[in-house]
Amino acid sequence: MIITLIQKEFILEWRQRYAINGIILYLASTVFICYMSFNLKLGLVDPVIWNALFWIIILFTAVNAVAKSFLQESFGRSLYYFGLVKPESFIISKIIYYTGLLLAMSTLGFVFYAFVMGNPVQDKLMYFLVLLLGSVGLSSTLTLTSAIASKASNSSSLMAILSFPIIIPLLLVLIKASKNAMDGLDRSVYTDQLLTLGAIIALVMGLSYLLFPYLWRS
Amino acid sequence: MEKKWWKILCVAILTYAILGALLFDAPRLNILNETIRNLHFHVTMWFGMIILLTASMVYAIRYLRTGNQRFDTYSVEFANVGILFAVLGLITGAVWANYAWGEPWSGDPKQNNSAICLLIYCAYLVLRNSINDDQQRGRISAIYNILAFAALIPLLFILPRMTDSLHPGNGGNPGFNAYDLDSRLRIVFYPAIIGWTLLGVWMISLRVRMRKIQQALED
Repeated sequence: MIITLIQKEFILEWRQRYAINGIILYLASTVFICYMSFNLKLGLVDPVIWNALFWIIILFTAVNAVAKSFLQESFGRSLYYFGLVKPESFIISKIIYYTGLLLAMSTLGFVFYAFVMGNPVQDKLMYFLVLLLGSVGLSSTLTLTSAIASKASNSSSLMAILSFPIIIPLLLVLIKASKNAMDGLDRSVYTDQLLTLGAIIALVMGLSYLLFPYLWRS
Repeated sequence: MEKKWWKILCVAILTYAILGALLFDAPRLNILNETIRNLHFHVTMWFGMIILLTASMVYAIRYLRTGNQRFDTYSVEFANVGILFAVLGLITGAVWANYAWGEPWSGDPKQNNSAICLLIYCAYLVLRNSINDDQQRGRISAIYNILAFAALIPLLFILPRMTDSLHPGNGGNPGFNAYDLDSRLRIVFYPAIIGWTLLGVWMISLRVRMRKIQQALED
């Protein structure tokens, strides 16, 4: 059931390619704006700023990419799903699909970002692992808030208000862990940060799984 | 008149706690000195806030399970007063920090995280205002309330302990346990928590009654 739903998301995305193209363009222009406004190449921009800026770009892209996940569903279509599938499998399929999308986006973003701003990352494998964890965390948090925001009026700005404060803890740990990977520290030094990330993700996923059925009913 | 005794108790405890906090003998510790008296105002605010917000979350869960509109009203009013306590906690903390750390806001992890918590609960209120249908509002804001509480606990209790913080009780500073052992503080501190929480509950019961009257007038 979950696989069918994920397939459905893929097909929908493929049919309206303007959405995904828009996100890619959004990502590219944000990277370019940062590059132009700092007017710097690597060596002049501090590694701490390099890293923080990258995650802020990813955050904004993610909010824009996931925001449409529930906003795009029309009333009639939601009713149709309601009759067909269990809410748990619906939210899990959304989270898995958007994890994949965000992972693709953040990898693409990283390549482009490193291309214009220079690449100071030393432990590339671990940096990618943090990117993966970040995609899972962002997609699960944002999917739930997008579901909440879609029920209210004025939902596009509400999406940012609801999700930003909740995402801050996740983002802080992500920035710290990725900074360590960037500096090429010994991996055992920051395993506990990765575990914290895992714990936050597990918490959010558990909450989504428990709470979404209630949201679904309204 | 319905149960009056706990209101009298509340006034009595708070009178005792405020006088005790200002007048009783306090232990002398380095750096903290007399500012340790802020324990009875600042720390009790956060204890009160945690109690009220926990109650708010419990009522949110009960609302989701039963759909009883009364629980929704309780939930939002507990959150309202919880937010008030959080603001007071931040202000009393800033006044204290002005003396102990030299500036009211120094970006300490504990200060930042409590500010984030405040943002989350303000978002909760904004969310409530942007939904018109009663049932819809109750259900969705109850869900966000639970989410907010799940973010509150790590923000206040877990993440500050993982980083360096100047806040007492964190990063090896003389903290709660160091002076909690001192019975001169304890005899004021614990009653003060109860007193402030009772005051919060009193405010909540007034607000709930106000809402009931408003609703009756509308109908």
